[in-house]
Amino acid sequence: MIALLRRDLAIAVRAGGGFGLGLAFFLVVVVLVPFGVGPDTATLTRIAPGILWIGALLACLLSLDRLFALDFEDGSLDLLATAPIPLEAVVGVKAVAHWLTTGLPLTLMAPVLGVMLNLPGQGFVWLVISLALGTPALSVIGAFGAALTVGLRRGGLLLSLLVLPLYVPTLIFGAEAARRGAEGMAVNTPLALMAGISFACCALMPFAAAAALRVNLR
Amino acid sequence: MQDDPAALKYSRMKSLWEYANPKKFMQVSGAMLPWAAGLSALCLVVGLIWGFFFTPDDYRQGSTVKIIYLHVPAALMAINAWLMMLVTSLIWLVRRHHVSALAARAAAPVGLVMTVIALVTGAIWGQPMWGTWWAWDPRLTSFLILALFYLGYMALWEAVENADTAADLTSVLCLVGSVFALLSRYAVLFWNQGLHQGASLSLDKEENVADVFYHPLLVSIAGFVLLFFALVLLRTRTEIRKRRLQALMNRERMG
Repeated sequence: MIALLRRDLAIAVRAGGGFGLGLAFFLVVVVLVPFGVGPDTATLTRIAPGILWIGALLACLLSLDRLFALDFEDGSLDLLATAPIPLEAVVGVKAVAHWLTTGLPLTLMAPVLGVMLNLPGQGFVWLVISLALGTPALSVIGAFGAALTVGLRRGGLLLSLLVLPLYVPTLIFGAEAARRGAEGMAVNTPLALMAGISFACCALMPFAAAAALRVNLR
Repeated sequence: MQDDPAALKYSRMKSLWEYANPKKFMQVSGAMLPWAAGLSALCLVVGLIWGFFFTPDDYRQGSTVKIIYLHVPAALMAINAWLMMLVTSLIWLVRRHHVSALAARAAAPVGLVMTVIALVTGAIWGQPMWGTWWAWDPRLTSFLILALFYLGYMALWEAVENADTAADLTSVLCLVGSVFALLSRYAVLFWNQGLHQGASLSLDKEENVADVFYHPLLVSIAGFVLLFFALVLLRTRTEIRKRRLQALMNRERMG
């Protein structure tokens, strides 16, 4: 499992892995927002937590279709499916690798972009905490979507249609926690609910994703 | 032997599962379809005409109250269609009856149309009553999310070429989607306070909609249930015929 994690990380980081692509996309989205809504700092302050959450979510979505597709094409997914580790663990490891290469860098980059959107000082710590707790859920739910669409030709487009509605609860609680943090209110309730969703997804979604993969590999 | 409860239960179960045989299903559904369609038309005509022309205007809402005869039954069926898809998906995953998977596939577009009817009639009613076509109210938002789930489910059916693979994948999606649809329902309750009125048809509540409106509403709900039933039967029969045609064409190509 460690070897698989290392391999996936190496593939993602090396050339053609699209490691920086998600981050660059996040940056571009955040840069585009002031052009769309105007440079008024009061408006930007108000919408900053939501924009940062949506940007992170879309950047996360961008790299999902590569999660299983490359391994499916060159046949290594078949080998992984017949390997002595369960397919659920393979899915879990791949989701972890995806999180380490997209969710974690996005979380670390969010405060920098928060400065650009004039996020209030007290909001930074809650933004980072909510993203750190929420992005694992995005990766695992995305792994399920990627497993559903792995064999399809126009999979990428379908993937976003399937995955985005599943992101709704995570987004609501995550953005709510970040917003309350920025406005100096108590964040316990949304943060706890989102952490619950996140952990439940990490615990259960690999099983659904592995079931979908088995169907697709049949 | 007949008194043994387990055996009795088994014989009953067996009789239920008999309809999983496509031939048997086609026979029974073919006989039932005209009745279901006719009854649904009758109930809809009676319920809607009674509702539209023979009920008084509400003292505050005026005649806009009458959209309830389309809105409430459609919304009811939008949710129940998803429930039916959940049950049939489970049956497909556990017992692998093809009719069950095809029924789930057949129900999805009907459910989507019901969702859209509920949203559109709600918007038409909301414009004079709330002064807005759309509000980010928990109920409205969760219906919109439900419509997205229907869209994704149907798109997945279309995208996968192998029929059994498609049935498996959509069933898994339906199970996961159900959990997330429920989660979203409660998440949006947390996210925004509602403009939509509370339930007015619950069986256990003191204050419900008045009987004048209630009786024609029941008739039109029955009409919508029968309409959904008839449409799903019709569409399932079409799917089965398509499957048979495909099998015949494959056989011809082989021969």
